[in-house]
Amino acid sequence: MSKDKARSDGWLSRLVRPGVKAETKRDTPDNLWVKCPVSGEMVYRPDLEAALWVTPAGHHMRIDAIKRLSVTFDDGNYTLIDLPDVAEDPLTFTDDKPYEARLKAARNKVGRKDTMLAGHGEIQGERAVVLVQDFSFMGGSLGMAAGEAFIAAATHAHDHNMPFVVFTAAGGARMQEGILSLMQMPRTTLALQMLKDKGLPYIVVLTDPTTGGVTASYAMLGDVHLAEPGALIGFAGPRVIEQTIREKLPPGFQRSEYLLEKGMVDRVVPRAELSETLAKIIRVLMSAHKA
Amino acid sequence: MSAHKTYLDFEKPIAELEAKIEELEALSEGSGAEVGDDIKNLRKRVQDARAKAYAGLTPWQKAQVARHPERPHVVDYIRVLIDDFVELRGDRGFSDDQAIVGGLGQFRGQGVVIMGHEKGTDTSSRLKHNFGMARPEGYRKAIRLMDMAERFSLPVISFVDTPGAYPGLGAEERGQAEAIARSTERCLTLGVPMISIITGEGGSGGAIAIAAANSVLMLEHSVYSVISPEGCASILWRDSARAADAAEAMRITAQDLHKLGVIDGIIPEPAGGAHSAPNDVMDVAGEILAKTLGDLSALDAEGLKAQRRDKFLKIGRVLDI
Repeated sequence: MSKDKARSDGWLSRLVRPGVKAETKRDTPDNLWVKCPVSGEMVYRPDLEAALWVTPAGHHMRIDAIKRLSVTFDDGNYTLIDLPDVAEDPLTFTDDKPYEARLKAARNKVGRKDTMLAGHGEIQGERAVVLVQDFSFMGGSLGMAAGEAFIAAATHAHDHNMPFVVFTAAGGARMQEGILSLMQMPRTTLALQMLKDKGLPYIVVLTDPTTGGVTASYAMLGDVHLAEPGALIGFAGPRVIEQTIREKLPPGFQRSEYLLEKGMVDRVVPRAELSETLAKIIRVLMSAHKA
Repeated sequence: MSAHKTYLDFEKPIAELEAKIEELEALSEGSGAEVGDDIKNLRKRVQDARAKAYAGLTPWQKAQVARHPERPHVVDYIRVLIDDFVELRGDRGFSDDQAIVGGLGQFRGQGVVIMGHEKGTDTSSRLKHNFGMARPEGYRKAIRLMDMAERFSLPVISFVDTPGAYPGLGAEERGQAEAIARSTERCLTLGVPMISIITGEGGSGGAIAIAAANSVLMLEHSVYSVISPEGCASILWRDSARAADAAEAMRITAQDLHKLGVIDGIIPEPAGGAHSAPNDVMDVAGEILAKTLGDLSALDAEGLKAQRRDKFLKIGRVLDI
C-alpha cells in the first residue's frame, strides 16, 4: 500500500500543476458565486462545496475525479492506484489539430494524463476500489489509456479481493484512436469477467453524461446500477436520435429517472447518499468473502 | 462478365467502357458488322481499368465498396455455404429483429450456429431488415443463439455488415446499450469457437457486439471503425463532406487493422470487388472459414476462452506501426 502511495505521489507531482493556481483562481470574487444551470440561482461557492456540488434546486453538477474520490471515501482518505502508460497517438491522428496537441491541452487543463483516476480505501468502513471517469478530460472519452486504467483498477480489486465501483462519465469513444478505442469495449468487458469469476461485486454509478461505447460496455454490465439524479444516460446522443426519427424527444428522455422507469438502473441516488448506499450493497455482496 | 447495375464514382471509366461494349454488341447483332476485335479490346481495357482502380483504393473508396448494394450479404453466404439452414427468430422478450438474422445449419458437414447483419437488397427488404441497423432485440436474439451454441457445443459463425446499431427512441427505451454490452460479453465467454467475418461495414458497437470472436476476418475491401467516416467528420470538422479525410485518419481498412493487430486475417476479393464476382468471394470465404474452424477445433472450452481473452487484451499493447 505504501509503495502504491509513494508511486502515485511521484506520478502526481510530475503531472499536476501546482494546485495553487486553481486555488487562487477559486478565491477571486468572480468565482465565489456559481450559477445553477437549472434554476439560474447564484449559489455561494463554499455552500455549494459543502453540498457536494448539488445546487439548492437539486441539480447535480459535474465534479472532477479528485473531488469524486474524496467525497466517496471515508474522510477523503484513499490511496491512488498506479495506472499504466499506453502508446500515445497510435494513429498519428490529425483533424483541425493534431491529437497530440489536444492531449497536451487536456493534460494542462486537468492536470492528469487521461480521463481515469483510481483509488482504494474505505467507504463507510467497507474496502473498495473506485475508478472515476472524468468528463472534463476530453469528454471522458474511452481510449487506450482509459481502457488500460480500467483493467488495472479491476485487476487491483481482483488481486486484493475488493469490490469494484466505477463512476462513469463519457461522451463515448475517443475517435482519435480509431478502432483501438472501439476495442476497449471487449477489453474492459474481459476485465470484468475476471471479477465475476472470483465472485467480486462490480457496481456502476452512472453520472452525467454517460453515452456511446461506454454505456454499451462496462456501464451496463454492473451487478448493480446506480445513477445520480438527472444524469443523461444512453447509447445514441439525443441529437442523433432526433435526426433519425425526425421527432422531438419527450421531456426527461434518457435521464436517470427515465432509465429507472425502463428498468435499466436499480436506483437513482442523490450524491449525499451515494457512499451510504454503496456501503450497504457492498456489505451484503461481500458477505461470502468475509465469512 | 455482366454489367453491374450500380457503379461507384471512381468506377465511371469502367462504366463508360462497359456501356460502349453493350452498344457494340447491340450493333453487331443488328447489322452483323465486324466488331468482334473491338469488343475484345474493350473487354481487356475494362479488365485493366478495374484491376487498376481496385489495386489503389483509398480508404474512403473502400468504404463505398464496402457499402456496395450488390455485395454479398449474410443471406447469400448462408445460401452458398450452409446446408439445411433453419432460421430461428425472436428474442423471446419483445420481438424479432430482422436486422440480424441467424439460425442453425451445416457447414461442410459440421453443425453450426450462424448469424449476421442483413441490410436487404431492395426497398421492401431494406425496410424489413432496417438497413442492417439492429435494435436491442437483434442483439438479444444473438445472445440467445450464442447460448444455444454453448449448450449444444456448436461453433458460432457471424457475418458483420452494419452501419451501426439503430439510434431510435424505442431502441433506447428498451436498452440498446445494455443489449450490445451483453452480446459482446456473451461472445467473450463462449466455450465454443467463434469466427466473425466482416463482409461490408463494421459499424462500431453495433458490429463488435457480434464480433468479439476467436478469429476476426475481414474481406479485402471491407471497413471496420469506431464511427462512420461521415459521423467522425461531422464531429471533428463539423462537415460530413470531409468523410474522405476522416476515413483516412481513422484507419478503417482491413489492411490497416491487420497491421494494428485488431483482426486476424484478410479474405481476398477479385479485382472489381466482391460484388463483381460474389460466388468466387463466397467460395474463398468458405475455404478460409473451414481452415480457421479446423485450427480452432484443437482448443477446448478453456483454451478457446483464454485464446480470445489474450488476443483482445494484447490489442494496443504491442503496436507495430
